[in-house]
Amino acid sequence: MSDVVERTLSALPGLLGQHDPGAGPGGGPGRFSATSRLGSLIRSITALSSKHEEEKLIQQEQTNLKATVSAPTTTLRLMKECMVRLIYCEMLGYESSFGYIHAIKLAQQGNLLEKRVGYLAVSLFLHENHELLLLLVNTVVKDLQSTNLVEVCMALTVVSQIFPREMIPAVLPLIEDKLQHSKEIIRRKAVQALYKFYLIAPNQVQHIHDKFRKALCDRDVGVMAASLHIYLQMIKKNASGYKDLTESFVTILKQVVGGKLPIDFNYHSVPAPWLQIQLLRILGLLGKDDPRTSELMYDVLDESLRRAEINHNITYAILFECVQTIYTICPKSDLLEKAAKCIGKFVLSPKINLKYLGLKALTYVIQQDPNLALQHQMTIIECLDHPDPIIKRETLELLYRITNGQNVTVIVQKMLDYLRQSKEEYTIINLTGKIAELTMNAVFSVGGDVMHPDIPNNFLRLLAEGFDDEKEDEQLRLYAVQSYLSLLEEEDTFYPQKFLQVMSWVLGEYSYLTNDGDPEIIITRLHRLLKQTFVTSETKAWIMTAITKMSSRMSCSKTVDKLIQEFSTSLDTCMRQYAFELKHLCENKELMKKLLPLDASCDEIMVDASLSFLDGFVAEGLRCGAAPYKPHHQRQEEKLSQEKGDMSSSGFTGRQSPAGLSLGSDMSGNSAEIGQKETNCLKLDGVRKLWGKEGYLPKKENKTGKEDKTQPVPPDSILMGHVVDPPLMQSEQQVVSLSEEEKEKKQLASTLFVGLGSNSSISLMGRADTINQKLKKKSKISETQNSEEASSFQNIATLPFSPLPDTAPNNKENFQGNEHLGLRKVSLSSSEVLEASVSFDTSQSLREAGLDEKLSNCRLSTSSLFADSNIEVFQPPKTVPDIVARKAPLSLCLPEELAGHPHSEIVELCSCDILTVYSCKVWTDDCSLLVLFVANNSTSPLKTVNLVFETTEHFKIFESLSCHFPVIEAQSMESCQKCVQLEKVCTEGILSGSISYHLDMDTHLEFSLIFSLSDFIRPMKITTEDFGRLWLSFSNDVKQNIKMSPSQGSLSIALNALKQKLKLHIVEIIGNEGIAACQLLPSIPCLLHCRTHARTLALWFRSSCSALPDSLLYQCQKMMEES
Amino acid sequence: MWQKYSSRLPASCNKQTISEPNRKMIKFFLMVNKQGQTRLSRYYEHVEIHKRTMLEAEVIKNCLSRSREQCSFIEYKDFKLVYRQYAALFIVVGINETENEMAVYELIHNFVEVLDRYFSRVSELDVSFPVSPPIHLSFSIMFNLDRVHIILDEMVLNGCIVETNKNRILAPLFVLDKMAES
Repeated sequence: MSDVVERTLSALPGLLGQHDPGAGPGGGPGRFSATSRLGSLIRSITALSSKHEEEKLIQQEQTNLKATVSAPTTTLRLMKECMVRLIYCEMLGYESSFGYIHAIKLAQQGNLLEKRVGYLAVSLFLHENHELLLLLVNTVVKDLQSTNLVEVCMALTVVSQIFPREMIPAVLPLIEDKLQHSKEIIRRKAVQALYKFYLIAPNQVQHIHDKFRKALCDRDVGVMAASLHIYLQMIKKNASGYKDLTESFVTILKQVVGGKLPIDFNYHSVPAPWLQIQLLRILGLLGKDDPRTSELMYDVLDESLRRAEINHNITYAILFECVQTIYTICPKSDLLEKAAKCIGKFVLSPKINLKYLGLKALTYVIQQDPNLALQHQMTIIECLDHPDPIIKRETLELLYRITNGQNVTVIVQKMLDYLRQSKEEYTIINLTGKIAELTMNAVFSVGGDVMHPDIPNNFLRLLAEGFDDEKEDEQLRLYAVQSYLSLLEEEDTFYPQKFLQVMSWVLGEYSYLTNDGDPEIIITRLHRLLKQTFVTSETKAWIMTAITKMSSRMSCSKTVDKLIQEFSTSLDTCMRQYAFELKHLCENKELMKKLLPLDASCDEIMVDASLSFLDGFVAEGLRCGAAPYKPHHQRQEEKLSQEKGDMSSSGFTGRQSPAGLSLGSDMSGNSAEIGQKETNCLKLDGVRKLWGKEGYLPKKENKTGKEDKTQPVPPDSILMGHVVDPPLMQSEQQVVSLSEEEKEKKQLASTLFVGLGSNSSISLMGRADTINQKLKKKSKISETQNSEEASSFQNIATLPFSPLPDTAPNNKENFQGNEHLGLRKVSLSSSEVLEASVSFDTSQSLREAGLDEKLSNCRLSTSSLFADSNIEVFQPPKTVPDIVARKAPLSLCLPEELAGHPHSEIVELCSCDILTVYSCKVWTDDCSLLVLFVANNSTSPLKTVNLVFETTEHFKIFESLSCHFPVIEAQSMESCQKCVQLEKVCTEGILSGSISYHLDMDTHLEFSLIFSLSDFIRPMKITTEDFGRLWLSFSNDVKQNIKMSPSQGSLSIALNALKQKLKLHIVEIIGNEGIAACQLLPSIPCLLHCRTHARTLALWFRSSCSALPDSLLYQCQKMMEES
Repeated sequence: MWQKYSSRLPASCNKQTISEPNRKMIKFFLMVNKQGQTRLSRYYEHVEIHKRTMLEAEVIKNCLSRSREQCSFIEYKDFKLVYRQYAALFIVVGINETENEMAVYELIHNFVEVLDRYFSRVSELDVSFPVSPPIHLSFSIMFNLDRVHIILDEMVLNGCIVETNKNRILAPLFVLDKMAES
């Protein structure tokens, strides 16, 4: 049908000129009165070419109309026609207020259709508060009491469109009566009118809430549906008051979904879709944060998802609402899974409108489940480059929601890119500027102090250097200034130091951009901050600088004077210094202006970093017997060593120095220097990768700059400095096997989605923080090491970059074996890497998986390269326990009977000074074994070591959940093995447990490790005939089309990839069709039929277990997206 | 926290105002042709007359700038436009953040189907009419501004979708027509 309409409407402009539709006013009921006056008006206007001509014509028309409507002889019929023409004039933008009163008259006097047009004109002409509206009330009251139902209908319609609030009491009783009317249309319209009253004066309808309930239970669907509007509003305001209605809504939705409504409520054979959507919305509001209410609706939501299977837009509208509801109410895992799958359908759809909805849904659900973003990361990245700016923007909105400290720069960069491209769209610039800035605020105040110091720096750099367009820059800066100012308006609000620093810098630099902000006020606010106790002295320095900058732009300021006075006597020497500086500068305004020019933050300033101009002064001082300068940490360390007494003289503590420390002047001890150099190089490496390909930081210059400053170093440390690079190259080489473009996308993906997944970014940072604290504690131990040990220690530190040996290195001398352990330990200290390496291990040990290994290798490298917290990982003190371990060599190898089976790397699970737990997964044919090694690092035997697993719903551990070691001798190791079975099908689950031991006191260590579905999948070797038989016997199936990237090529490549990842047995491949089989341990078979068509891979799973096909499909999808 | 400061931003950027309960799900319903001439407009929130024409010009400009491959939803100021093109005619609906775009997209089509049913049924009665039925529809919309409005009023009221059942939408109008005839 739509075709017909389309064709018709396309013919419209052409037809206008050619045809005279003929029928005169007398012909028929006058519905096609193209020759009427309205008709001729429309036609003459359509024929006009200029706005000016149109104005003239309308003016003339209005003069005519004015005369006609006010003439006493004008019939109501003519008046009706005049009204339509007036409506037309107003529609074109020409006010025709002279006709308003006549519209009211027509509604009053007219007969049915005339009356209806009168009402229509009133509702179009007048607004809610128009005084003429009062004149309508009498007519409405009269019509509401009419015996003619048509008139009652009209009155009710107009009431629900427009009605003066103060006159509600005049009609309310009449309308309440109508709720009992025998005709559904009257009841329905009465409810609509009450809805209007509820909107404009909720208090006036409070007493009829029970009547709303009656309407909800009305035997007619229309009346019930009308009441839903009221309920939606009321529940929005106060959900808790309507929980008791949940079951009613659920029942109604069940009936609608089940097709119990009369057939004419169907739209394209979908039963009352808009009603379904409304109900879903209400359920979402009711179920939010309420597990008991949510419980009631799981069934019906599941049914809604299932029923909406017809491939029509309207079903997608329902599905979208359903997904939103499922993610709003208290989560239920299988529903979430289904909803997630649904979103996948949207996102992967070739239809652009569905893609948009998919992105919107993702944006909504991503706050609950960031993993979904990971699942669709490739699609998201494609959408980021979508030709449709709307899609792009929706994608940015999505990214905005997943912004964390680690990916913020990339996301902000993407937003800025978008901003640059869309110059002509003013509002978009506005919005994106806001988003970019909000992002920074969000990250600063949440991520706060634990975030990487380069993030704020980078933001300030972006802000200062700006983009091509000066105007845009100013706007962004102005936003920043305004927002920070209003944040500072609140007294006593705590903000992270970093955020305060950013604020003060921005205010200092750009506060001149605001016209309304008196600098005095800004300075007062900053001054107030200075007096806060939570502000650190570093931040105070930032604030002082900002105040100095600002005061350079004003002639004099009371606050500044006060401030100088206040801090000139401060106990804080830095503050005193600043106060004096400021004082002197204030006395010499000219110098101040020169020193602090406006908006010159990007100008290069030459600084003599060597401070050579002071050489004379220093020489003079030394000659006079002053002690040579020692840097802070050296002094500190000397002090410590004096305390300890037995310390070596080497400046070993250099290793603990914060990486940001300036290397400029001192290099006292060799090892200190080595340590510092190492951390610096590593740091830069991490940074370079973190900021992506263009690199925000001038990394090369920076690096060489720092190296230049260092003095010549011993050969072994030079070696170390260079060892850093090759592994990176190596990983890059491995990536080359992917296409260049894919690689780029992958890189982008890992930068964008870093920090998502099972750990939220914040907790990740928090963890990095605790690691730091641990490091600080442990560094004390490092001081007790002698320098000889230190050098071997350094050797270990270089090892994280050497290629990973496949098996536990017991073929080499123990010393190296321990280095290997060190490496494991190091690479595990970030939770991000933990995941990566676990999955790496899983796949690696499949011996047939050559390609696979490569892939996972790059995964490991990308994720570790892009993860923020990773940087902390390489801080040397972490390896200290290994030094201890080295003294008592432990050999880590699997028992002989297991070594032949495919297994994972042996990884460290948890560790403390006393003991370390390593784990290894062994995949035998009939079970998944978890081998745990407990190593005693201490020099005394450990007694009663107990290892206990927590019970989980997903996994079953055989024999018992615990493992008991009566005694573990000093420097030795015990092992135990457990058979793990997947109890409840899931794609991934965490098995956690703890180990406790007694040494002086009871100590307790926790650990967790991840098992994925693929750990429990084994190939099932069957023939094609068996396959056929089994296929028919299974009832649970899942089908899905997956887009293949060009690199995935043919079916056999795709299948082989699946085979390696999921341990499938490929039964047969014929042409573009293939079948494969696997089993979930102990013996649940699952069959796969796949077929390639164009660029899609159609997967069809069947199994006897209902959850298995879904989960396997998910794994396949994930895998295909990854490869 | 940043919502607090966003109140300083221009109103169009302010998300908070959108979530006010009284904000209408559907803000306006427009029919505009490719030449930018408005064929029908219904506002569910009060907008000054001169602002309406400006808004309509912007809206149609936005719609015309988009190709068939691009999606039918446009983010415009603080609301969204959902549009559907029937040859030279655009039907554009302005909605707020919380409304379901696809549901509105289909609402537009339902509306067109209702118009088609109404005007084609009338033409069956009026056999003397010289032009073939489909063409009636296009004229009908133009020359029966009042009736199209009456139909729309049955479907959307107060910015809410109140009726989608075609029989029920048309019933009152059929009664009016019958009475006018007699």
